Amino acid sequence: MSADALSSGGPVPSVGRDRRSVRKVPVKQLLGLAGILGFLGTWELIPRLGIVNERFLPPASEVMVALARDFGLTAFWVAVGETMTAWFLGLIIAVVLAVVLGFVIGSSDFLRKATNSTVEFLRPIPSVALIPLAVLLFGVKIESSLMLITYAAFWQVLIQVLYGVADIDMVANNTAKTYGLGRMARIRYVVFPTALPYLMTGVRLAATVALVLAITAELVIGSPGLGHEIALAQSGGAISGMYALVLATGLIGVLINILMRFIERKTLSWHSSVRSEVIV
Amino acid sequence: MKALKTLGYILALPVLLVLAWWASTLGAVNFFVPTPATLAAKFGEVWFGPRFFSDVLPSIGRLLVGVVAAIVIGVVGGVLIGSVRWLRALLEPTLEFFRAIPPPVLVPVLILLMGITDGMKVAVIISGCVWPVLLNTIEGVRAVDGVLSDSAHTYGIDGWARVRYLVLPSASPQIMAGVRQSLSLGLILMVISEMFASSSGLGFTIVQFQRSFAIPEMWSGIVVLGLLGVAMSFIFQWAERNILRWYHGQKEVENAA
Repeated sequence: MSADALSSGGPVPSVGRDRRSVRKVPVKQLLGLAGILGFLGTWELIPRLGIVNERFLPPASEVMVALARDFGLTAFWVAVGETMTAWFLGLIIAVVLAVVLGFVIGSSDFLRKATNSTVEFLRPIPSVALIPLAVLLFGVKIESSLMLITYAAFWQVLIQVLYGVADIDMVANNTAKTYGLGRMARIRYVVFPTALPYLMTGVRLAATVALVLAITAELVIGSPGLGHEIALAQSGGAISGMYALVLATGLIGVLINILMRFIERKTLSWHSSVRSEVIV
Repeated sequence: MKALKTLGYILALPVLLVLAWWASTLGAVNFFVPTPATLAAKFGEVWFGPRFFSDVLPSIGRLLVGVVAAIVIGVVGGVLIGSVRWLRALLEPTLEFFRAIPPPVLVPVLILLMGITDGMKVAVIISGCVWPVLLNTIEGVRAVDGVLSDSAHTYGIDGWARVRYLVLPSASPQIMAGVRQSLSLGLILMVISEMFASSSGLGFTIVQFQRSFAIPEMWSGIVVLGLLGVAMSFIFQWAERNILRWYHGQKEVENAA
């Protein structure tokens, strides 16, 4: 994504692209809808024609009915609430930690050099490696999920904040210094706006990762939430219920994507307008 | 002197951290935290025996097969879907939905469809890793420079040559970004598929240690997973530097200008 933005060169190419796509929207949306219907149709036919046993892959219509029934159940919404609580708390903790540490490390050349090897070593450690540890320490409580989510999301944000703080424009920084802005004021008015788009990218990536880890923790450890319900439905033989829950997690993923893109667009549009004024 | 300084920067903090860990485990015996010496001893004992061949290598093998298959499927599918406009419009919303499903929920689904087999574990890895590569390839193919595309057309470069010399190179930075996401996802899925339902493999062994309260062994397993992650990230960085050498060079020139 960032590679695309970089290689297209110009500072505001997206405006033209957006305008063009607005005109095309009806055809594109209709085709997309046709694609979804086609997928559901194929799904309906595969078990009906006996290609895959109906017991293991119920037809789409059956799963849709189960999903609709889920929407009316309190237990379903409680599970969704538990998953989203873990997602939200874990994400917030990770973002706050990463922003604070990122700004502290990023603004000192010495700290950046000294921590680089440790960060590069800890970052690729898969957070699922911590599952046994989380089970030992917290059992099947929300803290287990939080530990995994926070660990996974933290690195996504930290790396982006470090890049962002390093990307600071020296001319702008020196100008601010010349005008007598103090350290805190420079962080607020120079470093923070520079790092903000990077931070938002990090938060968007972290939000997706956090959902994956929230579901994983529930599935594998058994802390309460949608993932746990899926495991229960599978072992209990409620197969169309299980598929319905899988679709529900997909819907949550789509909603989180849309929400994050919306937040990112809001903050970035503000940022790029400020930036272009500074450049001119 | 300069090299010594760089080395100091690389080693100082890790050494300090290990020292702090050693010092904190020195006095009291904590059940949950082994001393560095115990951990190192267990690490060699547990993982460099028969387990290396019965658990570690099969896990890594499944991971490699799954990730490579996902990359091939993703790139081939992405080039196809990315070059045909109506196909892209038709499939994109459905694919976006599939990408949004957290891949771990596919573990119970695939167990149901395929049973607890090696094929199931590879299928879990493929079905999770394919989306970042596929969607990034579509995006990269779509964003091929118009002038380059027209020039290639004028010179009569079509078909396979066009894919080989125009489409794939110009999409490769995006493809590599997708591959990077896939790799870390693949490692996660490998572990989960083994933790959830298996009788061998890294994930299973580590959970087994935890259930039997073999704490130093469990920690050594966590270290193995960590080392695996670090090794994969180094290999990827090396591969990316070689494959995208022209791209990074171009960026440097552009930034210098």
